[in-house]
Amino acid sequence: MTAELFVWWMLALVAIASAVMVIAAKNPVHSVLFLILCFFNAAGMFVLIGAEFLAMILVVVYVGAVAVLFLFVVMMLDINFVRLREGFLNYLPVGALVGIVLLAELVLVGTSWALREPSPVLATVEGLDNTRALGSFLYTEHFVVFQIAGLILLVAIIGAIALTLRQRVAVKRQDIARQVHRRPAETVTLVRVETGKGV
Amino acid sequence: MAELFTSTIWPVTVLVLRILLVVVPLLLAVAYLTYAERKIIAAMQLRQGPMVVGPYGLLQPLADGLKLFVKETVIPTGANKVVFLLAPMITFILALIGWAVIPFGEGLVLADINVGVLYLFAVSSLGVYGIIMAGWASNSRYAFLGALRSSAQMVSYEIAIGLIIISVLISAGSLNLSAIVRAQEVHGWYVFWHFPMFMLFLVAILAETNRHPFDLPEDEASLVTGYNVEYSSMTFALFFLGEYANMILMSAITSVLFLGGWLPPLDIWPLTAIPGPLWLILKICLVLFVFIWARATLPRYRYDQLMRLGWKVLLPLSLAWLVLTAGVVVAFPIPRP
Repeated sequence: MTAELFVWWMLALVAIASAVMVIAAKNPVHSVLFLILCFFNAAGMFVLIGAEFLAMILVVVYVGAVAVLFLFVVMMLDINFVRLREGFLNYLPVGALVGIVLLAELVLVGTSWALREPSPVLATVEGLDNTRALGSFLYTEHFVVFQIAGLILLVAIIGAIALTLRQRVAVKRQDIARQVHRRPAETVTLVRVETGKGV
Repeated sequence: MAELFTSTIWPVTVLVLRILLVVVPLLLAVAYLTYAERKIIAAMQLRQGPMVVGPYGLLQPLADGLKLFVKETVIPTGANKVVFLLAPMITFILALIGWAVIPFGEGLVLADINVGVLYLFAVSSLGVYGIIMAGWASNSRYAFLGALRSSAQMVSYEIAIGLIIISVLISAGSLNLSAIVRAQEVHGWYVFWHFPMFMLFLVAILAETNRHPFDLPEDEASLVTGYNVEYSSMTFALFFLGEYANMILMSAITSVLFLGGWLPPLDIWPLTAIPGPLWLILKICLVLFVFIWARATLPRYRYDQLMRLGWKVLLPLSLAWLVLTAGVVVAFPIPRP
Protein backbone atom coordinates (compact mmCIF):
# COMPACT_ATOMS: atom_id res chain seq x y z
CA MET A 1 0.00 0.00 0.00
CA THR A 2 1.51 3.31 -1.03
CA ALA A 3 1.59 6.29 1.30
CA GLU A 4 -0.76 8.22 -0.98
CA LEU A 5 -3.42 5.51 -0.83
CA PHE A 6 -3.05 5.35 2.96
CA VAL A 7 -3.57 9.11 3.25
CA TRP A 8 -6.56 8.87 0.89
CA TRP A 9 -8.25 6.25 3.08
CA MET A 10 -7.47 8.23 6.24
CA LEU A 11 -9.10 11.33 4.74
CA ALA A 12 -12.09 9.31 3.56
CA LEU A 13 -12.58 7.70 6.96
CA VAL A 14 -12.32 11.00 8.84
CA ALA A 15 -14.70 12.61 6.33
CA ILE A 16 -17.34 9.92 6.89
CA ALA A 17 -16.85 9.89 10.67
CA SER A 18 -17.21 13.68 10.88
CA ALA A 19 -20.24 13.57 8.58
CA VAL A 20 -21.84 11.12 11.02
CA MET A 21 -20.92 13.38 13.92
CA VAL A 22 -22.66 16.33 12.19
CA ILE A 23 -26.00 14.63 12.84
CA ALA A 24 -24.97 12.81 16.02
CA ALA A 25 -23.44 15.72 17.98
CA LYS A 26 -25.67 17.06 20.76
CA ASN A 27 -24.49 20.64 20.47
CA PRO A 28 -25.35 22.34 17.13
CA VAL A 29 -22.14 24.40 17.21
CA HIS A 30 -20.17 21.15 17.40
CA SER A 31 -22.20 19.92 14.42
CA VAL A 32 -21.08 22.89 12.33
CA LEU A 33 -17.47 22.38 13.41
CA PHE A 34 -17.66 18.72 12.35
CA LEU A 35 -19.14 19.85 9.03
CA ILE A 36 -16.07 22.06 8.54
CA LEU A 37 -13.79 19.11 9.32
CA CYS A 38 -15.69 17.09 6.72
CA PHE A 39 -15.17 19.85 4.10
CA PHE A 40 -11.46 19.86 4.90
CA ASN A 41 -11.11 16.15 4.32
CA ALA A 42 -13.00 16.45 1.05
CA ALA A 43 -10.56 19.20 0.01
CA GLY A 44 -7.64 16.93 0.94
CA MET A 45 -9.09 14.18 -1.26
CA PHE A 46 -9.46 16.64 -4.15
CA VAL A 47 -5.76 17.51 -3.81
CA LEU A 48 -4.80 13.83 -3.88
CA ILE A 49 -6.69 13.20 -7.15
CA GLY A 50 -4.97 16.24 -8.70
CA ALA A 51 -7.90 18.69 -8.61
CA GLU A 52 -6.05 21.34 -6.60
CA PHE A 53 -8.14 24.25 -7.93
CA LEU A 54 -11.39 22.63 -6.77
CA ALA A 55 -9.82 21.85 -3.39
CA MET A 56 -8.84 25.48 -2.80
CA ILE A 57 -12.21 26.79 -4.00
CA LEU A 58 -13.95 24.36 -1.66
CA VAL A 59 -11.96 25.71 1.28
CA VAL A 60 -12.32 29.40 0.28
CA VAL A 61 -16.04 29.32 -0.53
CA TYR A 62 -17.52 26.68 1.76
CA VAL A 63 -15.21 26.71 4.77
CA GLY A 64 -14.13 30.36 4.59
CA ALA A 65 -17.52 31.93 3.85
CA VAL A 66 -20.60 29.67 3.95
CA ALA A 67 -19.66 27.75 7.10
CA VAL A 68 -18.72 30.99 8.88
CA LEU A 69 -22.25 32.25 8.30
CA PHE A 70 -23.66 28.89 9.46
CA LEU A 71 -21.60 29.13 12.62
CA PHE A 72 -22.64 32.73 13.08
CA VAL A 73 -26.35 31.89 12.91
CA VAL A 74 -26.14 28.74 15.03
CA MET A 75 -24.21 30.56 17.77
CA MET A 76 -26.76 33.37 17.88
CA LEU A 77 -29.73 31.01 18.20
CA ASP A 78 -30.94 30.21 21.68
CA ILE A 79 -31.56 26.49 21.31
CA ASN A 80 -33.10 24.28 23.96
CA PHE A 81 -31.00 21.12 23.64
CA VAL A 82 -33.34 18.95 25.69
CA ARG A 83 -36.40 19.74 23.57
CA LEU A 84 -34.32 19.15 20.44
CA ARG A 85 -33.76 15.52 21.47
CA GLU A 86 -37.48 14.89 22.16
CA GLY A 87 -39.43 12.94 19.58
CA PHE A 88 -36.28 11.49 18.05
CA LEU A 89 -37.90 8.06 17.84
CA ASN A 90 -41.11 9.46 16.28
CA TYR A 91 -39.19 10.86 13.34
CA LEU A 92 -36.93 7.83 12.99
CA PRO A 93 -39.07 5.85 10.44
CA VAL A 94 -39.42 8.84 8.06
CA GLY A 95 -35.74 9.72 8.47
CA ALA A 96 -34.67 6.14 7.85
CA LEU A 97 -36.86 5.98 4.71
CA VAL A 98 -35.28 9.16 3.28
CA GLY A 99 -31.83 7.83 4.16
CA ILE A 100 -32.48 4.48 2.42
CA VAL A 101 -33.79 6.21 -0.72
CA LEU A 102 -30.70 8.44 -0.85
CA LEU A 103 -28.39 5.47 -0.31
CA ALA A 104 -30.13 3.51 -3.07
CA GLU A 105 -29.74 6.45 -5.45
CA LEU A 106 -26.06 6.76 -4.61
CA VAL A 107 -25.48 3.06 -5.18
CA LEU A 108 -27.36 3.19 -8.51
CA VAL A 109 -25.34 6.19 -9.68
CA GLY A 110 -22.08 4.74 -8.41
CA THR A 111 -22.48 1.36 -10.11
CA SER A 112 -23.68 2.72 -13.46
CA TRP A 113 -21.13 5.53 -13.63
CA ALA A 114 -19.89 6.13 -17.17
CA LEU A 115 -17.66 9.04 -18.14
CA ARG A 116 -18.76 11.19 -21.06
CA GLU A 117 -16.34 11.56 -23.95
CA PRO A 118 -13.90 14.33 -22.99
CA SER A 119 -14.86 17.62 -24.59
CA PRO A 120 -12.79 18.78 -27.59
CA VAL A 121 -11.84 21.91 -25.63
CA LEU A 122 -10.39 19.79 -22.83
CA ALA A 123 -8.46 17.71 -25.35
CA THR A 124 -6.68 20.82 -26.65
CA VAL A 125 -5.67 21.95 -23.17
CA GLU A 126 -4.10 18.62 -22.24
CA GLY A 127 -0.98 19.24 -20.16
CA LEU A 128 -2.12 22.57 -18.72
CA ASP A 129 -2.65 22.93 -14.98
CA ASN A 130 -6.27 22.47 -14.00
CA THR A 131 -6.92 26.17 -13.30
CA ARG A 132 -6.25 26.99 -16.95
CA ALA A 133 -8.08 23.89 -18.20
CA LEU A 134 -11.16 24.74 -16.13
CA GLY A 135 -11.04 28.37 -17.22
CA SER A 136 -10.78 27.65 -20.93
CA PHE A 137 -13.55 25.07 -20.59
CA LEU A 138 -15.97 27.34 -18.69
CA TYR A 139 -15.35 30.52 -20.69
CA THR A 140 -15.57 28.95 -24.14
CA GLU A 141 -17.74 25.85 -24.40
CA HIS A 142 -20.06 26.62 -21.48
CA PHE A 143 -19.95 30.38 -21.74
CA VAL A 144 -23.74 30.86 -21.93
CA VAL A 145 -24.49 28.56 -19.00
CA PHE A 146 -21.82 30.33 -16.99
CA GLN A 147 -23.36 33.74 -17.73
CA ILE A 148 -26.85 32.49 -16.82
CA ALA A 149 -25.53 31.16 -13.49
CA GLY A 150 -24.02 34.59 -12.84
CA LEU A 151 -27.33 36.31 -13.64
CA ILE A 152 -29.23 34.01 -11.27
CA LEU A 153 -26.79 34.87 -8.50
CA LEU A 154 -27.22 38.59 -9.25
CA VAL A 155 -31.01 38.25 -9.00
CA ALA A 156 -30.58 36.40 -5.70
CA ILE A 157 -28.39 39.21 -4.33
CA ILE A 158 -30.88 41.89 -5.35
CA GLY A 159 -33.73 39.81 -3.91
CA ALA A 160 -31.97 39.42 -0.56
CA ILE A 161 -31.30 43.16 -0.38
CA ALA A 162 -34.89 44.03 -1.37
CA LEU A 163 -36.27 41.69 1.31
CA THR A 164 -34.12 42.99 4.15
CA LEU A 165 -33.80 46.70 3.34
CA ARG A 166 -35.90 48.91 5.60
CA GLN A 167 -36.03 52.66 5.26
CA ARG A 168 -36.13 54.11 8.76
CA VAL A 169 -36.76 57.80 9.15
CA ALA A 170 -35.69 58.63 12.69
CA VAL A 171 -32.14 57.34 12.35
CA LYS A 172 -29.19 59.72 12.38
CA ARG A 173 -26.71 58.73 9.72
CA GLN A 174 -23.22 59.94 9.05
CA ASP A 175 -23.02 61.77 5.71
CA ILE A 176 -19.32 62.12 4.99
CA ALA A 177 -19.77 64.45 1.99
CA ARG A 178 -21.89 66.84 4.06
CA GLN A 179 -19.38 66.77 6.91
CA VAL A 180 -16.52 67.60 4.58
CA HIS A 181 -18.40 70.45 2.90
CA ARG A 182 -19.37 72.16 6.14
CA ARG A 183 -17.76 75.57 6.67
CA PRO A 184 -17.07 77.09 10.10
CA ALA A 185 -19.15 80.16 9.19
CA GLU A 186 -22.29 78.06 8.70
CA THR A 187 -22.04 76.04 11.87
CA VAL A 188 -20.25 78.08 14.54
CA THR A 189 -21.47 81.44 15.87
CA LEU A 190 -19.50 83.41 18.39
CA VAL A 191 -21.74 84.67 21.17
CA ARG A 192 -20.57 87.35 23.56
CA VAL A 193 -22.24 86.63 26.88
CA GLU A 194 -22.64 89.50 29.28
CA THR A 195 -21.40 88.92 32.82
CA GLY A 196 -24.17 87.97 35.21
CA LYS A 197 -26.62 86.90 32.48
CA GLY A 198 -27.19 83.61 30.70
CA VAL A 199 -27.20 83.06 26.96
CA MET B 1 15.81 -1.35 4.95
CA ALA B 2 18.19 0.70 2.81
CA GLU B 3 15.42 1.13 0.24
CA LEU B 4 12.98 2.30 2.91
CA PHE B 5 15.62 4.79 4.07
CA THR B 6 16.16 6.32 0.62
CA SER B 7 12.48 6.24 -0.39
CA THR B 8 10.78 7.47 2.79
CA ILE B 9 12.91 8.31 5.83
CA TRP B 10 15.50 10.53 4.15
CA PRO B 11 13.03 12.72 2.13
CA VAL B 12 10.81 13.13 5.20
CA THR B 13 13.80 14.15 7.34
CA VAL B 14 14.90 16.71 4.75
CA LEU B 15 11.35 18.08 4.56
CA VAL B 16 11.10 18.42 8.34
CA LEU B 17 14.47 20.20 8.45
CA ARG B 18 13.36 22.61 5.69
CA ILE B 19 10.12 23.35 7.56
CA LEU B 20 12.11 24.01 10.75
CA LEU B 21 14.40 26.30 8.76
CA VAL B 22 11.33 28.46 8.05
CA VAL B 23 9.41 28.09 11.32
CA VAL B 24 12.21 28.68 13.86
CA PRO B 25 13.40 32.01 12.36
CA LEU B 26 9.72 32.96 12.01
CA LEU B 27 9.06 32.44 15.73
CA LEU B 28 12.19 34.43 16.59
CA ALA B 29 10.99 37.16 14.23
CA VAL B 30 7.60 37.17 15.99
CA ALA B 31 9.32 37.60 19.37
CA TYR B 32 11.46 40.48 18.13
CA LEU B 33 8.55 42.03 16.23
CA THR B 34 6.89 42.67 19.60
CA TYR B 35 10.15 44.27 20.77
CA ALA B 36 10.43 46.35 17.58
CA GLU B 37 6.82 47.47 17.96
CA ARG B 38 7.40 48.68 21.52
CA LYS B 39 10.65 50.42 20.57
CA ILE B 40 9.24 52.13 17.46
CA ILE B 41 6.09 53.33 19.21
CA ALA B 42 8.24 54.51 22.14
CA ALA B 43 10.47 56.47 19.75
CA MET B 44 7.41 58.05 18.10
CA GLN B 45 6.11 59.08 21.53
CA LEU B 46 9.55 60.32 22.75
CA ARG B 47 9.95 57.50 25.26
CA GLN B 48 12.66 54.87 25.59
CA GLY B 49 10.60 51.70 25.54
CA PRO B 50 11.86 48.48 27.20
CA MET B 51 15.36 49.15 28.61
CA VAL B 52 15.65 46.95 31.71
CA VAL B 53 16.08 43.31 30.65
CA GLY B 54 19.42 42.93 28.86
CA PRO B 55 21.26 45.66 26.91
CA TYR B 56 18.68 48.09 25.42
CA GLY B 57 16.00 45.71 26.68
CA LEU B 58 16.92 43.17 24.00
CA LEU B 59 16.00 40.19 26.19
CA GLN B 60 12.53 41.59 26.95
CA PRO B 61 10.67 39.23 24.50
CA LEU B 62 12.30 36.20 26.15
CA ALA B 63 11.31 37.44 29.61
CA ASP B 64 7.73 37.99 28.40
CA GLY B 65 7.65 34.50 26.90
CA LEU B 66 8.95 32.95 30.13
CA LYS B 67 6.38 34.88 32.15
CA LEU B 68 3.51 33.59 29.98
CA PHE B 69 4.92 30.08 30.05
CA VAL B 70 5.01 29.70 33.84
CA LYS B 71 1.56 31.20 34.47
CA GLU B 72 -1.47 29.06 35.23
CA THR B 73 -3.91 28.18 32.47
CA VAL B 74 -7.36 29.16 33.69
CA ILE B 75 -10.38 27.55 32.04
CA PRO B 76 -13.54 29.47 32.97
CA THR B 77 -16.57 27.68 34.41
CA GLY B 78 -19.16 26.93 31.77
CA ALA B 79 -16.59 27.19 29.01
CA ASN B 80 -16.73 24.58 26.28
CA LYS B 81 -13.36 23.00 27.12
CA VAL B 82 -12.42 21.31 23.84
CA VAL B 83 -13.38 24.26 21.63
CA PHE B 84 -11.83 26.66 24.14
CA LEU B 85 -8.44 24.96 23.89
CA LEU B 86 -8.75 24.28 20.16
CA ALA B 87 -9.26 27.94 19.23
CA PRO B 88 -5.76 29.32 20.07
CA MET B 89 -4.13 26.30 18.43
CA ILE B 90 -6.09 26.89 15.20
CA THR B 91 -5.10 30.56 15.17
CA PHE B 92 -1.44 29.70 15.68
CA ILE B 93 -1.29 26.84 13.17
CA LEU B 94 -3.07 28.88 10.47
CA ALA B 95 -0.51 31.66 10.94
CA LEU B 96 2.29 29.13 10.31
CA ILE B 97 0.98 26.99 7.42
CA GLY B 98 0.65 29.96 5.05
CA TRP B 99 4.46 30.10 4.88
CA ALA B 100 4.53 26.83 2.94
CA VAL B 101 3.99 28.64 -0.37
CA ILE B 102 5.94 31.90 0.16
CA PRO B 103 8.93 31.92 -2.23
CA PHE B 104 12.11 33.22 -0.57
CA GLY B 105 14.15 33.11 -3.75
CA GLU B 106 14.33 31.43 -7.15
CA GLY B 107 13.34 27.83 -6.25
CA LEU B 108 13.55 28.53 -2.50
CA VAL B 109 10.01 27.54 -1.53
CA LEU B 110 8.64 24.71 0.59
CA ALA B 111 5.75 23.85 -1.75
CA ASP B 112 5.82 25.31 -5.26
CA ILE B 113 2.15 24.68 -6.00
CA ASN B 114 0.22 26.06 -8.97
CA VAL B 115 -2.59 27.48 -6.84
CA GLY B 116 -0.33 29.25 -4.31
CA VAL B 117 -2.34 32.45 -4.24
CA LEU B 118 -5.60 30.58 -3.69
CA TYR B 119 -3.94 28.60 -0.91
CA LEU B 120 -2.90 31.79 0.88
CA PHE B 121 -6.38 33.24 0.39
CA ALA B 122 -7.91 30.07 1.82
CA VAL B 123 -5.60 30.16 4.85
CA SER B 124 -6.34 33.81 5.57
CA SER B 125 -10.09 33.24 5.20
CA LEU B 126 -9.87 30.48 7.81
CA GLY B 127 -8.29 32.83 10.35
CA VAL B 128 -11.74 33.90 11.47
CA TYR B 129 -12.42 30.45 12.99
CA GLY B 130 -9.88 30.76 15.79
CA ILE B 131 -11.46 34.01 16.91
CA ILE B 132 -15.12 33.05 16.60
CA MET B 133 -14.53 29.71 18.35
CA ALA B 134 -12.65 31.45 21.16
CA GLY B 135 -15.43 33.98 21.61
CA TRP B 136 -18.16 31.38 21.69
CA ALA B 137 -16.37 28.83 23.89
CA SER B 138 -15.35 31.39 26.55
CA ASN B 139 -18.97 31.71 27.74
CA SER B 140 -18.45 35.45 28.22
CA ARG B 141 -20.38 38.35 26.71
CA TYR B 142 -17.33 40.50 26.04
CA ALA B 143 -15.53 37.68 24.28
CA PHE B 144 -18.62 36.82 22.23
CA LEU B 145 -19.19 40.42 21.15
CA GLY B 146 -15.55 40.65 20.11
CA ALA B 147 -15.87 37.45 18.09
CA LEU B 148 -19.04 38.65 16.33
CA ARG B 149 -17.43 41.96 15.36
CA SER B 150 -14.33 40.21 14.20
CA SER B 151 -16.05 37.68 11.97
CA ALA B 152 -18.15 40.35 10.26
CA GLN B 153 -15.05 42.50 9.78
CA MET B 154 -12.80 39.77 8.42
CA VAL B 155 -15.44 38.40 6.03
CA SER B 156 -16.09 41.93 4.69
CA TYR B 157 -12.46 42.82 4.05
CA GLU B 158 -11.64 39.44 2.51
CA ILE B 159 -13.82 40.34 -0.48
CA ALA B 160 -11.78 43.47 -1.18
CA ILE B 161 -8.53 41.52 -0.70
CA GLY B 162 -9.74 38.86 -3.13
CA LEU B 163 -10.60 41.41 -5.83
CA ILE B 164 -7.25 43.20 -5.41
CA ILE B 165 -5.40 39.89 -5.69
CA ILE B 166 -7.33 39.06 -8.90
CA SER B 167 -6.09 42.33 -10.46
CA VAL B 168 -2.50 41.23 -9.78
CA LEU B 169 -3.22 37.69 -10.99
CA ILE B 170 -4.52 38.71 -14.40
CA SER B 171 -1.50 40.97 -14.85
CA ALA B 172 0.89 38.11 -14.02
CA GLY B 173 -1.19 35.42 -15.74
CA SER B 174 -0.54 32.80 -13.06
CA LEU B 175 -1.67 31.65 -9.61
CA ASN B 176 1.84 30.49 -8.74
CA LEU B 177 3.63 32.92 -6.40
CA SER B 178 7.08 32.27 -7.91
CA ALA B 179 5.62 32.93 -11.38
CA ILE B 180 4.11 36.20 -10.11
CA VAL B 181 7.54 37.35 -8.92
CA ARG B 182 9.13 36.32 -12.23
CA ALA B 183 6.40 38.24 -14.09
CA GLN B 184 7.39 41.34 -12.11
CA GLU B 185 10.95 40.88 -13.36
CA VAL B 186 9.55 41.43 -16.88
CA HIS B 187 6.78 43.96 -16.19
CA GLY B 188 8.34 45.93 -13.36
CA TRP B 189 6.97 45.80 -9.81
CA TYR B 190 3.20 45.82 -9.58
CA VAL B 191 3.33 48.53 -6.93
CA PHE B 192 3.93 50.93 -9.84
CA TRP B 193 1.23 49.49 -12.12
CA HIS B 194 -1.33 48.92 -9.38
CA PHE B 195 -0.38 51.70 -6.98
CA PRO B 196 -3.98 52.52 -5.85
CA MET B 197 -4.59 48.81 -5.23
CA PHE B 198 -1.36 48.61 -3.22
CA MET B 199 -2.68 51.33 -0.91
CA LEU B 200 -6.09 49.62 -0.61
CA PHE B 201 -4.33 46.31 0.07
CA LEU B 202 -2.39 47.87 2.95
CA VAL B 203 -5.67 49.10 4.45
CA ALA B 204 -7.37 45.74 3.93
CA ILE B 205 -4.58 43.70 5.55
CA LEU B 206 -4.72 45.98 8.60
CA ALA B 207 -8.39 45.04 8.93
CA GLU B 208 -7.80 41.37 8.10
CA THR B 209 -5.20 40.99 10.87
CA ASN B 210 -7.36 42.99 13.34
CA ARG B 211 -4.68 45.61 13.76
CA HIS B 212 -5.00 49.32 14.52
CA PRO B 213 -6.94 51.33 13.45
CA PHE B 214 -9.35 48.40 12.85
CA ASP B 215 -8.73 46.48 16.09
CA LEU B 216 -12.39 46.49 17.10
CA PRO B 217 -12.42 42.78 18.02
CA GLU B 218 -10.10 43.58 20.93
CA ASP B 219 -11.29 47.11 21.58
CA GLU B 220 -10.09 47.39 25.20
CA ALA B 221 -12.16 50.50 25.90
CA SER B 222 -15.52 48.87 25.16
CA LEU B 223 -14.87 45.11 25.25
CA VAL B 224 -12.12 44.74 27.90
CA THR B 225 -9.95 42.95 25.31
CA GLY B 226 -12.57 41.19 23.22
CA TYR B 227 -12.33 37.59 22.15
CA ASN B 228 -9.25 36.68 24.21
CA VAL B 229 -10.40 38.14 27.53
CA GLU B 230 -10.79 34.72 29.21
CA TYR B 231 -7.46 33.34 28.00
CA SER B 232 -4.35 33.19 30.15
CA SER B 233 -0.83 31.77 30.05
CA MET B 234 0.10 29.71 26.96
CA THR B 235 -3.38 29.80 25.42
CA PHE B 236 -3.13 33.61 25.38
CA ALA B 237 0.46 33.37 24.14
CA LEU B 238 -0.70 31.30 21.16
CA PHE B 239 -3.24 33.98 20.18
CA PHE B 240 -0.58 36.64 20.58
CA LEU B 241 2.00 34.73 18.52
CA GLY B 242 -0.66 33.94 15.92
CA GLU B 243 -1.60 37.60 15.53
CA TYR B 244 2.00 38.70 15.03
CA ALA B 245 2.87 35.76 12.76
CA ASN B 246 -0.19 36.72 10.69
CA MET B 247 1.13 40.27 10.40
CA ILE B 248 4.44 38.95 9.06
CA LEU B 249 2.62 36.59 6.67
CA MET B 250 0.45 39.41 5.32
CA SER B 251 3.57 41.58 4.88
CA ALA B 252 5.20 38.73 2.97
CA ILE B 253 2.14 38.41 0.70
CA THR B 254 2.23 42.17 0.04
CA SER B 255 5.95 41.95 -0.77
CA VAL B 256 5.45 39.06 -3.18
CA LEU B 257 2.39 40.49 -4.94
CA PHE B 258 3.41 44.13 -5.20
CA LEU B 259 7.05 44.67 -4.21
CA GLY B 260 8.71 42.07 -6.40
CA GLY B 261 9.40 39.37 -3.79
CA TRP B 262 13.09 38.42 -3.86
CA LEU B 263 13.97 40.81 -6.75
CA PRO B 264 16.33 43.75 -6.12
CA PRO B 265 14.84 47.18 -6.92
CA LEU B 266 17.24 47.78 -9.81
CA ASP B 267 19.17 45.19 -11.77
CA ILE B 268 22.60 46.81 -11.16
CA TRP B 269 25.67 45.52 -9.38
CA PRO B 270 25.70 46.53 -5.70
CA LEU B 271 21.99 45.71 -5.42
CA THR B 272 22.16 42.33 -7.17
CA ALA B 273 25.01 41.29 -4.83
CA ILE B 274 22.55 41.11 -1.93
CA PRO B 275 20.91 37.64 -1.91
CA GLY B 276 17.20 37.37 -2.81
CA PRO B 277 15.89 36.15 0.56
CA LEU B 278 17.46 39.21 2.21
CA TRP B 279 15.59 41.51 -0.18
CA LEU B 280 12.34 39.74 0.71
CA ILE B 281 13.07 40.18 4.42
CA LEU B 282 13.86 43.88 3.93
CA LYS B 283 10.56 44.37 2.09
CA ILE B 284 8.65 42.48 4.80
CA CYS B 285 10.24 44.76 7.42
CA LEU B 286 9.16 47.81 5.43
CA VAL B 287 5.51 46.70 5.37
CA LEU B 288 5.69 45.71 9.06
CA PHE B 289 6.89 49.23 9.84
CA VAL B 290 3.73 50.56 8.17
CA PHE B 291 1.66 48.28 10.46
CA ILE B 292 3.33 49.73 13.56
CA TRP B 293 3.35 53.27 12.20
CA ALA B 294 -0.44 53.06 11.67
CA ARG B 295 -0.87 51.86 15.25
CA ALA B 296 1.11 54.78 16.65
CA THR B 297 -0.63 57.37 14.46
CA LEU B 298 -4.29 56.59 13.85
CA PRO B 299 -7.27 56.57 16.21
CA ARG B 300 -9.59 53.54 16.23
CA TYR B 301 -12.47 53.48 13.73
CA ARG B 302 -16.08 53.35 14.87
CA TYR B 303 -17.79 50.12 13.88
CA ASP B 304 -20.18 51.60 11.29
CA GLN B 305 -17.29 53.57 9.76
CA LEU B 306 -15.30 50.36 9.48
CA MET B 307 -18.14 48.60 7.64
CA ARG B 308 -18.73 51.61 5.41
CA LEU B 309 -15.05 51.70 4.43
CA GLY B 310 -15.02 47.99 3.60
CA TRP B 311 -18.22 47.77 1.58
CA LYS B 312 -18.69 51.24 0.10
CA VAL B 313 -15.11 52.32 -0.57
CA LEU B 314 -12.72 49.37 -0.88
CA LEU B 315 -15.12 47.01 -2.67
CA PRO B 316 -16.30 49.36 -5.50
CA LEU B 317 -12.79 50.75 -6.05
CA SER B 318 -11.15 47.34 -6.28
CA LEU B 319 -13.95 46.05 -8.55
CA ALA B 320 -13.56 49.05 -10.90
CA TRP B 321 -9.79 48.56 -10.97
CA LEU B 322 -10.26 44.88 -11.75
CA VAL B 323 -12.42 45.71 -14.80
CA LEU B 324 -9.87 48.33 -15.89
CA THR B 325 -6.96 45.88 -15.51
CA ALA B 326 -8.82 43.18 -17.42
CA GLY B 327 -9.55 45.68 -20.22
CA VAL B 328 -5.92 46.75 -20.45
CA VAL B 329 -4.66 43.15 -20.44
CA VAL B 330 -7.06 42.26 -23.28
CA ALA B 331 -6.45 45.44 -25.30
CA PHE B 332 -2.65 45.56 -25.13
CA PRO B 333 -0.56 42.43 -25.62
CA ILE B 334 1.66 42.27 -22.54
CA PRO B 335 4.83 40.16 -22.47
CA ARG B 336 4.56 36.88 -20.56
CA PRO B 337 7.75 35.44 -19.01
